[in-house]
Amino acid sequence: MTGYIFRRILQAIPVFLGTTFLIYFMVFAMPGDPIVALFGDKTPNPAVVAQLRAQYHLDQPFIVQYLIYLGGIFRGDFGLSFSGEPVTAILARTFPVTARLAILALLFETFFGILVGLVSGLRKGKLFDASSLAVSLILISLPIFVIAFVGQYVFGVWLGWARTTVSSGAPLQDLILPALVLASVSFAQIVRLTRASVIETSGLDFVRTAYSKGLSSRRVIPVHILRNSLIPVVTYLATDFGVLLVGATITEGIFNVPGVGNTLYQAIIRGEGPTVVSFVTVMVLIYLVVNILVDLFYGLLDPRIRYVK
Amino acid sequence: MSSNPTGGPTAGTPVGGRSSTHYVAPLDETPLVSVDAVKVAEKRSNLWIDAWQDVRRRPMFWISAALILVVALVALFPGLFTQTPPNNNCILGNSNGGPADGHPLGFTKQGCDIYSRIVHGTSTSLSVGFIVIVLTSTLGILFGAFAGFYGGWVDAVLSRLGDIFFSIPYILAAVVIMSVLSQYRSVWSISLAIGIFAWPSTARVLRSEILRVKNADFVMASTALGLSRFKILLKHVLPNSIAPVIVITTISLAGAIVAEASLSFLGVGLGSNIMSWGNDINQAQNDLRTAPQTLILPSIALSVTVFAFISLGEVVRDALDPKARALR
Amino acid sequence: MSEPLSPNAAVKPLLEIKNLQVGFQTQNGLVPAVNGIDITLMPGQTLAIVGESGSGKSTTAHAIINLLPGSGRITGGEVLFEGRDLTRLNEKQLEEVRGRMIGFVPQDPMANLNPVWSIGFQVEEAIRANGIATGKEVKQHAIRVLKEAGLADADKRLRQFPHQFSGGMRQRVLIGMGLSSRPKLLIADEPTSALDVTVQRVILDHLATLTREIGTAVLFITHDLGLAAERAEQLVVMYKGKVVESGPSREILENPIHPYTQRLVAAAPSLASRRIQSSNRNLTDLGYSAPRAAEGLDLVEAAEARAGKQAATTSAGGPAIKVDALTKIYRIRGAKRDARDFKAVDDVSFTVERGTTMALVGESGSGKSTVAKLLLRLEDASSGTIAIGGTDTAALRGRTLLDLRRTMQPVFQDPYGSLDPLRNIGNTIAEPLQVHRVGDRASRRARVDELLDQVALPSALATRYPNELSGGQRQRVAIARALALKPEIVILDEAVSALDVLVQAQILRLLADLQAELGLTYLFITHDLAVVRVIADHVCVMQRGKIVESSTVDKVFNNPQQDYTRELLNAIPGANLKLGV
Repeated sequence: MTGYIFRRILQAIPVFLGTTFLIYFMVFAMPGDPIVALFGDKTPNPAVVAQLRAQYHLDQPFIVQYLIYLGGIFRGDFGLSFSGEPVTAILARTFPVTARLAILALLFETFFGILVGLVSGLRKGKLFDASSLAVSLILISLPIFVIAFVGQYVFGVWLGWARTTVSSGAPLQDLILPALVLASVSFAQIVRLTRASVIETSGLDFVRTAYSKGLSSRRVIPVHILRNSLIPVVTYLATDFGVLLVGATITEGIFNVPGVGNTLYQAIIRGEGPTVVSFVTVMVLIYLVVNILVDLFYGLLDPRIRYVK
Repeated sequence: MSSNPTGGPTAGTPVGGRSSTHYVAPLDETPLVSVDAVKVAEKRSNLWIDAWQDVRRRPMFWISAALILVVALVALFPGLFTQTPPNNNCILGNSNGGPADGHPLGFTKQGCDIYSRIVHGTSTSLSVGFIVIVLTSTLGILFGAFAGFYGGWVDAVLSRLGDIFFSIPYILAAVVIMSVLSQYRSVWSISLAIGIFAWPSTARVLRSEILRVKNADFVMASTALGLSRFKILLKHVLPNSIAPVIVITTISLAGAIVAEASLSFLGVGLGSNIMSWGNDINQAQNDLRTAPQTLILPSIALSVTVFAFISLGEVVRDALDPKARALR
Repeated sequence: MSEPLSPNAAVKPLLEIKNLQVGFQTQNGLVPAVNGIDITLMPGQTLAIVGESGSGKSTTAHAIINLLPGSGRITGGEVLFEGRDLTRLNEKQLEEVRGRMIGFVPQDPMANLNPVWSIGFQVEEAIRANGIATGKEVKQHAIRVLKEAGLADADKRLRQFPHQFSGGMRQRVLIGMGLSSRPKLLIADEPTSALDVTVQRVILDHLATLTREIGTAVLFITHDLGLAAERAEQLVVMYKGKVVESGPSREILENPIHPYTQRLVAAAPSLASRRIQSSNRNLTDLGYSAPRAAEGLDLVEAAEARAGKQAATTSAGGPAIKVDALTKIYRIRGAKRDARDFKAVDDVSFTVERGTTMALVGESGSGKSTVAKLLLRLEDASSGTIAIGGTDTAALRGRTLLDLRRTMQPVFQDPYGSLDPLRNIGNTIAEPLQVHRVGDRASRRARVDELLDQVALPSALATRYPNELSGGQRQRVAIARALALKPEIVILDEAVSALDVLVQAQILRLLADLQAELGLTYLFITHDLAVVRVIADHVCVMQRGKIVESSTVDKVFNNPQQDYTRELLNAIPGANLKLGV
């Protein structure tokens, strides 16, 4: 297992270098003055512009700029935001809120997604299955901001069950509606994936052998069918985390959740380029780390991966 | 042993007791057929023919195809559906007004005709969708085909490159690109921004499919015939690996439409001079309580279009992938 | 237990299947798979159900313990186990029967253990479910069960996962689980068909010893008539979901009455090689008369005809293939970045005379298929030479390599992978002509028709696609493609191994006819020594990359020099049957 962990981390290094380089390249290799481009039609504070020029070492050759920037990332220095506040300070304030929202959403989508998918798969072709397929197809087709507004309108305005915006401090009960919205699309995908996986696994030979040993369905379904069906679901969760991050940006913006996503959202709609770049970098790094963690978890789930010869 | 194989009086009846005697079934019960007889069926059958036979029997196919046809007509010929211009002739007095004569869906905050704006926004969504899939399928097929078929260091380099692009969620990447390109916001630039980071999923799907196909015996047989590697890729491997690419491309088209709407919704998409459902949803979001229809109506147009492409993709997947077919 | 039980004994049957009917729900309605069969099994007896794929034999086995796949269900009849009708039991009662009273050993050891749980876990859960042991005893019992099944180091391997076990080891685990609660009946569904013959033999011997000791009756499902007759005292022959013949094994083999059984007896390679062997004469002077109604499927007859023609046309000119000191080394990258060399082919030399058949026999991993790839220049040899018609092939490039390909064509094993599914049959057969720019469109079409005729397929198939064809028909098309360029040499890499016996016999017959007609040289690569007896002139036995024995077929069969060859010969199913011709 240690060999597997080591290999996985080793593989992540070129990807990490590549992604940071790409982001940096997208911004700073564009023709013209990148600082001016980043500010768009806004009039920046000259002091901030000066600081940014110093931060990104624009007088140096491009590759040197990138290496200095990379060094900054390693020291945990993501530069300054538009308003001149260090990005790390903003992160320290907003990250816990986003983590709470994301974990809540992940719990919703995996728990209900796997549950509905499992029942659907075991009752293939029945009414429950048909309706869960239809509902999930519709959910997948709805862009997240549409779901957010519909949720806001129905539960906030119409029924009055939830606040349309989160109050300060982001208490858990206020986060339930945004988390449900955030979870909705992935929930639908997990339902479909679990269903497909359960149906496929149920037809495999070792399941029949498990029954032939005299095991009951109450044992075979969780221990053999569900356990093996989780492997593709976990793989999906890793790649889906990117969707979750984008979703968090939009959901936090719409519900005004004071998290990392909302900071990015506000920076995007106000056209605060440097903040956008910093926070996208942060999100990509989170995405990379989560992918490694999921892969390690995957290794735990599947012994064939763990003991690669 | 006196049993008669042609089914005489003794055949079919066990001689003596039941448990251990020699029993022969009468021949007419299971007449012999010649071994491995060739039956030339009425209809030809291969993957594509079978898929079409399957798809045409599914109502979902016709529903999504009809929806796509309507959406495409609206996009190509908006003039057929409305005479009201979407941008000018807006009267602020009509702000957030309900349906009126000649304005079936009412007015936006700026007093523009909602129906006309939805009709004129269609071509934007579809254009972005199509440009993006041309981009992603071209890049995806090139990268996936070469990485999967040639393997070795070609695969290592191309796949690692794909991993890098895959590791930046494409909407976030597009946000960065569009922030930098704030001066050049057009259908083309936004499509480029989405497509340049969305291709690795296509490449991955094709790569794994090619890895499966390239080990088939028919590939080895063609090599033994003296067909060149590249021709084998083009003539045998790619045609047999392309089905999942078609599925994922249909679904990415929907994804690109959502991405454009999301970027426009965030204000880094298309300029306000270009008609876009995302822009209109963005404009309407503050009036959710007072005039929900200004937000809901373009959202419905967007969702129905996305739904049409996603469900077409699903139906096609069911028809092309025998594993998916077993799930029905 | 070798004598059939007398019918009037007071012993009641253990299992009585009466008029059992099973169907599968499809889009086109209920498709019957088993159409009313009767089978009786006495306690302690071994009974084999024999049939081709699609005969309903496995479905019958699954129906007994009601483990039919999703769309299958029992539509009629009774399955009486100790007088109790299993088809009427509810799920709870069935759980009591499964494992505890009826054990099950499945077909494919690779797919029948859950890859994510350790071996110990899977054995222990069976023991717990059947209430054989509780608490700490469960583990001890699991070790005992596995040791009985032939895993000597079971205590050390309990925590390992299935992928760390070989196929034979996994099958032992499955047998151990099937017998863990000392059931009265064991259903063994093709328990060894995925394994090498020598492993198969050891495992079946072990299974027979165990069941005899415990006194378990065995219901044995197999496609191999020789294997069935050797392992069971009672035979049931199934065809199209019906029982066509049943009775004592020996009697059915020696006096098959139903024409289908006659076909099977005639076409089974294991029996054919046995029959040739029993006669103790050379093929040319065997003078064999086929069983009735064998319709050209009789392998002995085919072998004899072939041998006769072969004797008439002794080869002229130099050898078609001359392989000298051929070696292929693969680098295997292991864990912890170490690389080691693996000699897949190790100093192999042989010659094949024109117009003859050389068989290359070996078990999986023996390197026989690698030799084929080297000959075909699909891979390059590490050292050694290959001369085709006197030309060293290693140096050939471009045009000259193309010429080599023209003289030598392959037919591969997998009928479902050997043809491009998106090309019609005509284009597939014409592809060699296109690649080598032979003829124009019209002449190619004419040649396709001619080739289809040679492999006995109607020319109407030219515009059809592979998935309209059966496995045997696909192999015919693959043969036609191989013959399109009029090659001198055809390399048959397990070309008939995936086919049902009757189809296999038909294709073997076709190959023999084509050889006589076109003067072809065959290199016949197979794991099945029985087939070699009827098709080949010379044989090389390969083991771990080396040729251990090489001689004429008659000599190898009559007087094997090496232990390994003897082991292989003894492992041919039915090797212990004494059959008079």
